[in-house]
Amino acid sequence: MSEPIVQFKNVHKSFGDVEVLKGIDLDISPSEKVAIIGPSGSGKTTIIRMLMTLEKITSGDIIVDGQNLWKMEKNGSMVEANQKHLRSIRGDIGMVFQHFNLFPHMTILENCMTAPIHVKKEEKTEVRKRSIQMLERVGLGDKLDNYPNQLSGGQKQRVAMARALVMRPKVMLFDEVTSALDPELVGEVLEVIRDIAKNDDMAMILVTHEMDFALDIADKVVFLDEGVIAESGSASQVIEHSQNERLQSFLSRFRN
Amino acid sequence: MDYVIEFIPQIARGLNITISVLIASALFAYIMAFFSGLCRLSNNVIVRKFTGFYVEIFRGTSLIVQLFWLYYAIPMLFGIQLGSNWWVGVFAIGLNYGAYLSEVVRTSILSVAQGQYEAATALNMSRFQRMRIVIFPQAVRMMLPEFGNYTIQILKGTSLVSLIAMSDILYYGDILRGSYQQQTPIIYGIVLVLYFILALPLIWLTKKGEKIAKKGVAS
Amino acid sequence: MDFTYWSWDTFLEALPFVLQGLGITIGLTFSCFVFALVFGFVWTFLQRIQNKYIKAVVTFIMEFIRSTPPLVQLFFIYYALPVLPVIGVTLHPFVCAVIGLGVHFSTYIGEIYRSGIESVDKGQWEAATALNYSTKDKWLRIILPQAFPPTIPMLGNYFIIMFKEVPLASTISVGGILFMARTFGSEHWAYLEPITIVGILFLLLSYPSALLIKKLEKKINHRFNTSVMTKNTNA
Repeated sequence: MSEPIVQFKNVHKSFGDVEVLKGIDLDISPSEKVAIIGPSGSGKTTIIRMLMTLEKITSGDIIVDGQNLWKMEKNGSMVEANQKHLRSIRGDIGMVFQHFNLFPHMTILENCMTAPIHVKKEEKTEVRKRSIQMLERVGLGDKLDNYPNQLSGGQKQRVAMARALVMRPKVMLFDEVTSALDPELVGEVLEVIRDIAKNDDMAMILVTHEMDFALDIADKVVFLDEGVIAESGSASQVIEHSQNERLQSFLSRFRN
Repeated sequence: MDYVIEFIPQIARGLNITISVLIASALFAYIMAFFSGLCRLSNNVIVRKFTGFYVEIFRGTSLIVQLFWLYYAIPMLFGIQLGSNWWVGVFAIGLNYGAYLSEVVRTSILSVAQGQYEAATALNMSRFQRMRIVIFPQAVRMMLPEFGNYTIQILKGTSLVSLIAMSDILYYGDILRGSYQQQTPIIYGIVLVLYFILALPLIWLTKKGEKIAKKGVAS
Repeated sequence: MDFTYWSWDTFLEALPFVLQGLGITIGLTFSCFVFALVFGFVWTFLQRIQNKYIKAVVTFIMEFIRSTPPLVQLFFIYYALPVLPVIGVTLHPFVCAVIGLGVHFSTYIGEIYRSGIESVDKGQWEAATALNYSTKDKWLRIILPQAFPPTIPMLGNYFIIMFKEVPLASTISVGGILFMARTFGSEHWAYLEPITIVGILFLLLSYPSALLIKKLEKKINHRFNTSVMTKNTNA
């Protein structure tokens, strides 16, 4: 087994007096596909939001590619990370949001191109080529000059995935990416994720309620319950052999 | 009717003052608006409090009071003649509406959806890039209708410079009234129509701004 | 900065003189506001007439009044009205100011009423019709009670805006605080101190009022939302 690309070490997170995560330990290897499942309010989304630096960590460590994300060394001691430190690390991480968060004032091609050009300072023609390729891959090659509000929810979410992929992250985070979609649009988005999972060798962390889908593509399933990892292992281990009653009752709600 | 034809060119002599004060004070107000609107979002408490003080002072009192105050105070307190009353007018109107518009700038920036900040962060943009590439262009679209509305207010406000002896269209109207008392309704009628004609392009731009604002925000 | 022109003696001398105008300033504000509140209804009513010509004319007149300076409108009423043939009347300056500023701001107030009425859910009209309410009852019992509360903070804001426009009336010799300050100035050849007093008075009065209205707005929003919520749970 290779060195993990992401490690959570005894991570705690509180909002005010409420402790949402009570000591998370989780290793993710490069190219591993991890699905985080669990009842709502169990802190699933918080885990990946902390990895994306959208939420501060309360205590513990998150290690990305050997570097501590939320702490940095200064004069021989570890202090809280500053913006510069966060920026130097989170370039390896990409994220797709529940509500897409496309930039409404840019065309979908511009949505894909802006970060590689301005953040990674890449050459424009190359970025353009790569963005078009990526949009074609998600099936939107004919919509390059459309604005986000001209697209359906499923199309928006596919653009959001292309936008994240163009940055070539080592870790991709998916935050309930089908929850805001009309049921008939869920399929097209899952197809794209399946395609990415099969053909790209980046690590993926999915927070999802699409249980069958998650179990199908995930190398590892993590069941989060009341702020701790209650169960984790391969899909078959977790589903068929777990003795955890809460997991069984949770799963039974999704399968009929 | 003869009077109308006779009066129009007389009153129109004031157009260059009315228009130049409008343009200069509007530009000054826009600059103050962006400058102080952004300052009020600063992390620095002193910067925030200081600009907040400016905004509250100018929003809390009347334009006409500010105009007279600057008219009398600037030469006295600073021992400088601003050169002309034109500058006093531009200063007062610009500072006053700059204060109002800074609130528009501030609230527009704050109303850009949280998800936009998060998406920009996820794409590893710096704070400055996030502002420049993602937040600001969206906020500006939202500001357009209010900037249009306030520019019409600024046009209306320019009429006050006649009170500090600037020869704008109202000033020439007042002069005419001295010699043609019986025609006063025609005189002020012409002045009002001239203001309305000046306002028409601004009304049109405001409507256009409303459309852009509506189109630009939905994601 | 050169403060040698500033005299506290003049300041103290001017203070009681300027304060004499405070009653007029506040009285004029209330009068204008009430006038605008009433006249605003006229605009709203005219705008609801289902005739496109009348609608176009009303919209044009409102737009005209709104986008031309209130100062010129004041002058029109003060100087031009008396010499108009047949309908010409000479009015007391205070009355001129009430009409001039009142009409000007009534066009804004009318828009507020309209937005309030339009904010009432379409289903409310349909429900009232389904329950066979008369037109009068539909308005008085169903629509207006819902349309009015959300407009209160907006109306309050306009009260403060009008308060700050009232000193325009000093130009037609209505004796408010700005008029008194300028009178004092011309008599003593000292303008800075009295006008500073006027500025301070405006701040002292408008800032707390603005805070008060913000508070009111919160209260109304709160009550309005909760009433909507109870309605939903009952439904």
